[in-house]
Formats: sequence, structure tokens, C-alpha cells
Amino acid sequence: MELNENIAGNPPFPGIIHETPGGGIVVSTFDSVINWARSNSLWPLSFATSCCGIEMMSTASAKYDFSRFGFEVARASPRQADVIIIAGTIVNKMAPVLKRLYDQMADPKYVIAMGACAISGGPFFYNTYSVVKGADHVIPVDVYIPGCPPRPEALLHSLISLQEKIKMGMTRDQIRSEFKTS
Amino acid sequence: MYNQTEIIKDTTDLGPDGELVINMGPQHPATHGVLHLVVTLNGETIKKIEPHLGYIHRSIEKMCERLSYRQFIYVTSRMDYLSSHINNTACALLIEKGMQIEVPERAKVVRTILNELTRIASHELWIGAMAMDLGAFTPFFYAFREREMITDIMEDTCGARLTMNYIVPGGLMYDIHPNFQTKVKAFVKQFKEKVTEYEDLVTGNIIFQSRTKGVGVLTAEDAISYGCSGPVARASGVSCDMRKIAPYDAYDRVEFDEVIETAGDSFARYIVRVKEMNQSIRIIEQLIDNIPEGEFVGKTKNVLKLNKGEFYQRVETARGEFGVFIVSEGGTTPYRIKFRSPGFSNLSVLDHIAKGSKIGDLMATMGTLDLVIPDIDR
Amino acid sequence: MTNEAIKEYITQHAPDATYDETGEWLNIVVESNQLKPLAAVLHGQPMQMDFLFCLTCVDYTTHLTMVYHFTATKDRSMNIVIKTNLDRANPIIETLCDIWRTAEFHEREVFEMFGVTFLHHPDLRNLILEEETAIAVDKTKGYWPLRKDFEDPINMIKL
Repeated sequence: MELNENIAGNPPFPGIIHETPGGGIVVSTFDSVINWARSNSLWPLSFATSCCGIEMMSTASAKYDFSRFGFEVARASPRQADVIIIAGTIVNKMAPVLKRLYDQMADPKYVIAMGACAISGGPFFYNTYSVVKGADHVIPVDVYIPGCPPRPEALLHSLISLQEKIKMGMTRDQIRSEFKTS
Repeated sequence: MYNQTEIIKDTTDLGPDGELVINMGPQHPATHGVLHLVVTLNGETIKKIEPHLGYIHRSIEKMCERLSYRQFIYVTSRMDYLSSHINNTACALLIEKGMQIEVPERAKVVRTILNELTRIASHELWIGAMAMDLGAFTPFFYAFREREMITDIMEDTCGARLTMNYIVPGGLMYDIHPNFQTKVKAFVKQFKEKVTEYEDLVTGNIIFQSRTKGVGVLTAEDAISYGCSGPVARASGVSCDMRKIAPYDAYDRVEFDEVIETAGDSFARYIVRVKEMNQSIRIIEQLIDNIPEGEFVGKTKNVLKLNKGEFYQRVETARGEFGVFIVSEGGTTPYRIKFRSPGFSNLSVLDHIAKGSKIGDLMATMGTLDLVIPDIDR
Repeated sequence: MTNEAIKEYITQHAPDATYDETGEWLNIVVESNQLKPLAAVLHGQPMQMDFLFCLTCVDYTTHLTMVYHFTATKDRSMNIVIKTNLDRANPIIETLCDIWRTAEFHEREVFEMFGVTFLHHPDLRNLILEEETAIAVDKTKGYWPLRKDFEDPINMIKL
């Protein structure tokens, strides 16, 4: 079966097609079909605190459309969202709010830290008394996107990489250690 | 069966007058940023609004006391990120005034063109975001079409799309891209054709008009007393354009009108911003053909030191009057910086004008105030 | 009104005021108890300075200085700056909220950043910082970030 063979690229299709007269039969496992469906419709939670939020809005609009990849429906409620894109700086007053939103999201959920501020505090690292130096002090992060702000193409690249990892059936711990080594 | 009024009296969430306190934000689908409003309602009527700030307070004023005069300019890009060129211009002008630096003509004209492009981009995004708040999703995509043309121009010339670190004390960081003039002219041509689309989609829409006319009325005396500036004050009849009062860069040589309406409601604030975009196009058309040749930056030392004293510079951003106040003790870092942000005063008027209206009107009022929360919290 | 006319008018109402014209605008230094009457005079006729556009505080290590920037909407070329010195150990001053409504938010910010108490303010509490920020730091000293002797070893990484 060609399911988990293509590590670097997109697995072509979750299943083997047997051609029969009058149609075809697809043989697959439930896990691969569910992973394929899940990865193609990740709904982001709209959580933009500062400047990176504008680049996220640009990615949502017509030029760098991310609804082609299934992210179109940006839900406002954390109960209905799959992935939270932390776009912007997290400060001490906002950290409990972020933790509460993350707890309210249902499993399986993913976290993307977009921009230098969400990775490590960014330009506000030194001499500030109110900035949390990295969103991963608050919630576990799966994907980090560097940039201040990152280009919309960088955000698309990270979303597509996350989709590929999900399609291959990796758990969150595996996704995080995979990104660390490569 | 239960009597309806008895059920309401039984719940313990209501205050003594039957008031309900709800939280709007800090995370909400409106694209303003992290603003937390505690709204006290009686049914659907608003009794009191209390804004809670500080969810994006990045201690910028304290941080800038340890940054040199060349470094702190780029932090202001991230405060009001939709007018980043204009904020940078304010800081650069202050240092040029304090150190008597000569700015060449080419730099002045290009700075003015970039400021006006930034103003148009900010108003475009505002139209898209405000229409989305009221439930119309289509203008968002149309507005971003023009905004992407502007960010494309910025990317060629300045190197970045949103936080462009291009304006330095003395002029520009490097010379403009060879395609700058052709691209700006193409943008001006497209904008003039497409701006009628906004008129058709949004301005003439009967639902938009009934949701914004007569909503959130701000009188001129209140606007002055609350310190409002920018389109919020101009829609109430107060003349406050810093480009006319204290002209800087190339604004004293171009002709443009200051757009003033007298109605003071949300629709007037909307009309002011749409007309301001047309005035910005007029300014760009007057300048784009005659960019003077020459140097793009004046002579400055590498390490800048302001003399001992206090300096204040005012500019007109897309939101209102932005001020930078520096107290210097003669060193290489400022002793105290204060940023007078336009959103801070514009937000304080929200409680006054939204009292007594319905909660659906609050969206229209808050949308037309055009708040960018990192600018308020600093 | 020219600077001389302004100085003459103000000397009638606040005889101890000192003037400083080295900067861009006319700076006036008054005593802290004379600020409110002088501000009321400025708001009325004939000067009609109805636009307060910047209200802030500066910490010179021996004392605090409140700085107010005024202008008139009828005559935008008239800008004055009023400064008053406050005692660092116990900074108290009258509020200007009843004359200029914009002072409400600005004074709340100065209250939380510098510790200045404004008498008769309608709602004096923290605007931007959280209420419990002092828990990690010495509670007897007060958590005033923009003062020069502010230390926060837990949150602040110094460069």
C-alpha cells in the first residue's frame, strides 16, 4: 500500500483503487481516510492580536487565498475551530485568555505560532515588563513561522506542511519532534 | 404555564434594575484587535460601556528609553501598523527638527507620496473591516484588491509589506525602485475606475444607510472636549487636519481639501473617509510626475544625539493626530518618550455616544471610530 | 495671541508663574495648587483653549513633573505647555476632568504608570495594567513601571 511512503510530499490518495466494470472499488483503512478528510478542512480560530493579524487577513483575501486549502471557514467560537493561529504578541494580561480559549477547543487541535512575537517575544524581548516571551510558555505549539510579519506565502507553507503531517497520521508529539529535527 | 416576567425575575445574573452585564472580547470576530468591552444592557439598550485595555500593552514607552534614536523609530511602525510610514515620519521629523538636519527635496516628495499611499491602504482596510462587522463580506475582498496593489508597490521600494522600515532621520533609507512611478500611476488609474464600485456596493446600500444614519451622533463640543481628532472630529464639523495646520514635508506645496461634514453620525464618518481617499489620490497625482532628482538622504552622523530639551511633533495619521513627545537629557537614548495616540482619545468618546442605543448600533459606532488597539495600549 | 500677550494675561492670574521660551512653544511652570484655577481661566474667554492634546508625566529622579499641552481650536497657532512639579513621595494634584473630558483616560494612565493621585477624579483605577500586578513585587512600594527606580526582576530582561 502506498499510504505512508511519501514523507516529503503529499500522499497521493488514501487508498487503492481497483477498477471494475461499472465503476471502481476503493480499499483503504479508516484512519487514512479520516486523516485525509481532517487535514483538508482545518478551520482556524480568528485570534489576531496585532500586526501579524493583518497578514493573516491578507492570506484570507483574494490574492493569497487560503480557502483553496480548506481554511476558509474562520470560526469565531473556539468550540468549532481546529487550529488556532496565534498572530501577534501575547502579553501577561492576555495569557489567561489564550489558555482558556485553547482549553475550550475540542481535540484534535493544533497551534501555529505566527510571527516573531509569538515565537519568542520578538522585538519586545528586552526591557519590557509585560510581554510573555513566546506563546509556548502558555500553550504547546506545533508550528513556528518566523518573520515580522511573515509573508502570506510563509503562512500558506506552514499550513500546508501541517496538513501533510496530519495526513500521514502523526500525533501532536510526533509533529513537534519532526519539525525540531528537520 | 410560567409567566414570562417571573422567569426573568428568578435569574440571579441580572442586577437590581434588570440589567445584564456581558463581555465583548477580547477575542471576537471583529477585526479591530483585542478590545474588551464590558457592556451593561437593559434588554437590548445599552446603559454603560466600559472599555478594558491592556491586552496588548507591550510597554513600548519603557522599552524606548533604552533604544537609540535610530532604533526607536521602528517600534512605532508596530504601534499603529496600518499607518506605519506616517508614524515613522513623525519620529524622523522630530529628530530632524531637534538636530537641524537638512532633508533633500526628493526625500520630502517621496515621503509625502508614501504617506498618502499608506492613508489610502488604511482606509481601504477600514472599509473592508467595517462592512464585515455589519455583515457584508464582499467589500472585504474588493478592498483588499486595491490594498494588495499598494503593498506590492511598498514591497518593491521599501522591502516589506506591512512594517516598512524605510524612513530614517534625514530622508529615506535607500533610493526608490525604478518602477515606482509607473506602478503608482497604474494604481491611481485603477483606483479611479474602481472607486465607483464602493459607491455602488456600500454607500448606496439601503441597509448600510439605515444602520449608520443617525447612529452614534457626536457633537462638535463633545469632540473637542474629549480630544477627538481625525475623521471622527471632522465628521462633527471640527477642522483639525494637521497637514493644513502645521504642514510638514511636501504638504505645503500641494492643493487638497480638508473634508468636513457636520452630521456627526456614523454615516458622516464613513463619507469623510471615502472622500479623504479621493483627496489623497489628488495629492499623489500632483506629486508623482515631478519627483525631483538628487540625494535621497541628508548628511547625518552615525550616532544621533539630541540636545537637552523637550521636543514635540504632530502628524496626521489615518486615524487622527499622532504626537511624539521626547524629553532628552543630551544622551544617545531618550530620557522619556510619550506617544500621543489618536485612538486613545477616540475610544474615550465611545461610552458617551453609544449610551441609549441598541447593541446592534454599537457595531456601527465602533466600526466607524476606526480603532487600532495596539495604538491605544502601546 | 502672541506670546507676550499670553504672558501678560497669565501673570494677572498666576503671578508666580515662570516662563521658558527656548523650545518651540511657550512653556509655563506653575505651582501644583495653582494649576486648576489657571486651567479654568485658560478654558474660558478670551483665550478659549479648549483642546488638551497631551497630558503626561516625567520622572526627574528628585521630583515628578506633570506636563500639559493645550491649543485652541479657534486659533491653532496658539499652543502652550504648562508644567508643574510634584513631590515624589506623595504626588497629589487636582483633576482636570470637569473642564476637559479627555483628561479622564490620560489621568488614569498617569495614575497607574507613575502613582500620581488625582483628587476628585470620577473613576481613578488602573486602565492598562492589571489590578494584581503588584503581587509578585514588593507590595509596600507600589508597581509604577515608568518611574526611573522601577525594578521587575521576574518579567523584565535587561539589555
